[in-house]
Amino acid sequence: MPLSRLVGARIKRREDPRLVRGLAHYVDDVRLPDTLHVAILRSPHAHARIRSIRVEEASKAPGVVSVVTGIDIRDSIGPVPVVAQNPTLRVPLHTVLAVDKVCYVGDGVAAVVAQDSYAAQDALDLIQVDYEPLPVVSDPEKALAPGSPVIHSEWPDNVAFRWTLKQGNLAKAFRDAYRIVKQHLVHQRLAPIAIEGRGVLARYLPGEKELTVWSSTQIPHLLKTQLSIMLRQPENLVRVIAPEVGGAFGSKLNVYAEEALVAYLSRTLNRPVKWIEERRENFQATIHGRGQVGDVEIAVKKDGTILGLQYRAIADIGAYHQLLTPGIPPLTGLMLSGAYKIPCISMEVTGVFTNKMSTDAYRGAGRPEATYVVERIIDRVAQELGIDPVKIRQKNFPQRRDFPFKTATGLIYDSGNYRAALSKALKLAGYEKLRKEQKRLRNQGRYLGIGLSTYVEISGMGPSAAMPAGGWESGTVRVEPTGKVTVLTGTSPHGQGQETSFAQIVADELGVDLDDITVVHGDTAVVTSGIGTFGSRATAVGGTAVLQAATKVKEKARKIAANILEANPVDLVFSGGKFAVKGVPKKGITIQQIALEAHLATNLPKRMEPGLSATSVFEPSNFTFPFGTHICVVEVDPKSGEVTVKKYIAVDDCGKVINPLLVDGQIQGGIAQGIGQALWEGVVYDENGQLLTGSLMDYALPKAKDLPRLELARTETPTPVNPLGAKGVGESGTIGSTPAVVNAVVDALAPFGVVHIDMPLMPEKIWRLCRSKDAADRRG
Amino acid sequence: MAATRRITININGVSTSHEVEPRLLLVHYIRDMVELTGTHVGCETSVCGACTVMLNGAAIKSCTVLAVQADGEEVLTIEGLAQGEQLHPLQEAFWECHGLQCGYCTPGMILSAYQLLLRLPRPTEEEIRHGIEGNLCRCTGYQHIVDAVQQAAGQMRARR
Repeated sequence: MPLSRLVGARIKRREDPRLVRGLAHYVDDVRLPDTLHVAILRSPHAHARIRSIRVEEASKAPGVVSVVTGIDIRDSIGPVPVVAQNPTLRVPLHTVLAVDKVCYVGDGVAAVVAQDSYAAQDALDLIQVDYEPLPVVSDPEKALAPGSPVIHSEWPDNVAFRWTLKQGNLAKAFRDAYRIVKQHLVHQRLAPIAIEGRGVLARYLPGEKELTVWSSTQIPHLLKTQLSIMLRQPENLVRVIAPEVGGAFGSKLNVYAEEALVAYLSRTLNRPVKWIEERRENFQATIHGRGQVGDVEIAVKKDGTILGLQYRAIADIGAYHQLLTPGIPPLTGLMLSGAYKIPCISMEVTGVFTNKMSTDAYRGAGRPEATYVVERIIDRVAQELGIDPVKIRQKNFPQRRDFPFKTATGLIYDSGNYRAALSKALKLAGYEKLRKEQKRLRNQGRYLGIGLSTYVEISGMGPSAAMPAGGWESGTVRVEPTGKVTVLTGTSPHGQGQETSFAQIVADELGVDLDDITVVHGDTAVVTSGIGTFGSRATAVGGTAVLQAATKVKEKARKIAANILEANPVDLVFSGGKFAVKGVPKKGITIQQIALEAHLATNLPKRMEPGLSATSVFEPSNFTFPFGTHICVVEVDPKSGEVTVKKYIAVDDCGKVINPLLVDGQIQGGIAQGIGQALWEGVVYDENGQLLTGSLMDYALPKAKDLPRLELARTETPTPVNPLGAKGVGESGTIGSTPAVVNAVVDALAPFGVVHIDMPLMPEKIWRLCRSKDAADRRG
Repeated sequence: MAATRRITININGVSTSHEVEPRLLLVHYIRDMVELTGTHVGCETSVCGACTVMLNGAAIKSCTVLAVQADGEEVLTIEGLAQGEQLHPLQEAFWECHGLQCGYCTPGMILSAYQLLLRLPRPTEEEIRHGIEGNLCRCTGYQHIVDAVQQAAGQMRARR
């Protein structure tokens, strides 16, 4: 990189003025004349045969244009796709609307199209469905038991897939161990809850035969391909636009039934058609995250050295696969080495069908589970062996010289300095002092807990060879004839701020003003190719593509400048956005002047194509591995079971930072979600498969007053995987924080003999644990 | 369909008047009849606060107020907060402090904070956190929002 002016600077976001004024356009803000509105009738049963559906009355209701059921459309729309593969994968037919039976509460049964959304909603009540309820299984462990209700008759064991990973001589490690520590762990289901739910607007133009779909998605390009397959619509006549997207967290990294359904309805009715998800539907029919239970066993030497780790898990799939469902649990397996040297590792996971909504990628996607397993069990070991949790971590860290570090799971960690991040966090927290304070307070009957998490995560996804649908990213830089710069990216930002950070990258490379750059994303007709925003990949992969495109533009500009200045290109120096002959800076020529020349094309070097733009597609050679240390301090009130987070320190290393302001924002938001999982959040279905947490009144999202002021710091260890040196930061806050909080609460409750509590750490659970100890003591 | 009724609501200083069904929610009146789409819908249950607007000077959740209840009243939405191109100090501070990411909760969040600052010109961090409790943000973890409200409070005091 040349001399940096903007990369690394705290630049405020260029996308914000439209957002703070309420002038941005999310899907529901895009208005087309004559738009029809869709409401979807969803199953109230978790498992039932559909005997009949009567839609006559609904069809005649005021304002209703059309009513469709699963039978009406099953031959016209292909199944909802799953792209993550594995050799044992079983894929049940997942139709856009249920045909014979419903398999979860919220399964779509019929759709009403009407003049406005109120009329569509009214008509839903007039559809008569005759259901024959079937036995339900909502608990994945019960679904595996003999005699369980069967969800898909082809597979009576309810197994969706089995996946195993085995490296090293685990039997020997366990034989040689001084101690084997085991723990059963639950990673509860979570609801991603973007504050904007999903939404789709489709417009089919019968003359042009062109379908345009506005969707609140993270992956417009992948969605375009999948919609073309589902609808048998030529892909060159499908355009997908991700307008302003109101949060996603993985929940919009998918292809949903409604996206195809709404597009189909528009094509059938030759009118624009819109569907906006309600919050209740969002809980029922947008993917959930996590949903894994497992047993971890770790073999250690007397001094705490780890010899081997094994993890057996059950993954709760839900009734169907969504786009990446079976790809999530293997990510847990790959990351089971955590930030440690573990010579042998094995994981066996069984994916299980249940009468629930599908699980899929939610912020972290399989990696928070791994970090939780590793960071929880290492604390258990520390407790059993009487070693300080800091020391046991330090003992097992790979050292700086060990990088690139190969794990037993087959990954190569690019770069790292785990000790440095830990030391910095300990210093910021005043660790020794905190331990003393903890002791002092315990004597007064107050329970302070200190929890650590030294995480590493896998980001910058990723090499195409390791991805289900491409891991590259595209970037285009075009200098317009007037000198303004247009940047196109195949990533699809939805709050991350790449309109700013990518402009910073290009501004530095081309020496132009930030204000002269516009970053365009999310429209497949404008950005010709792309993968999307997920897996903390946008900067590491997409930012690199943009940088490389800018470099290409600069090199072309150099040749044009040399031609104009009648010099050899190698004799030109580039500074402050100008090319000049060495030693003659006054006669320089700016990128803007060169752009005009490039477009007029009257004075170009021989055989050079006119125009000043370039595209680069970056294919990374490896993932990146951000890391860090989080320290959480809690106080637990044993009388009420309430947990208060008193202090939170996060030292994160995401490699080279492009914009510290945005990195802080990502970390803070990530931590809030991680604390949310540890303490409050959980999607709850009862044994009949009824969703008990179907609204924001029942599902506890963190609020401002629930969170402490977070203290953030960084170390910066660049990655060698891309020229920016950036690793990615979108998920580390979430991954790092959950175990830190749980470890803190368990630490606080050590005097009560508590060694583990399953999340979420609701006051009732804690209160019961403390009470049973009190009672046991009294019985003494 | 029920009989409609003509209502008149002053929104951001402009008188608007439409025939509406009595069941029409205020948020849909604002978004679909007046075409001001800066007010968002996030939960339909008064929990998330994305639909917050000011009704006669008090922050309310427009997803659970009927448009007819606002007949003859004054509403301020996010579009009415800036003076032309001049952003309100709260908008300026949210921008400055990176108090938003996806931006969806932001209009409601800013209006709740606006009410808070009208009542408490010098709020503590705790008062701010309590004051915006009725507005959910999934992106930011709230910290930069708290910073923004504090900064805006200073700006607004300085203006007086």
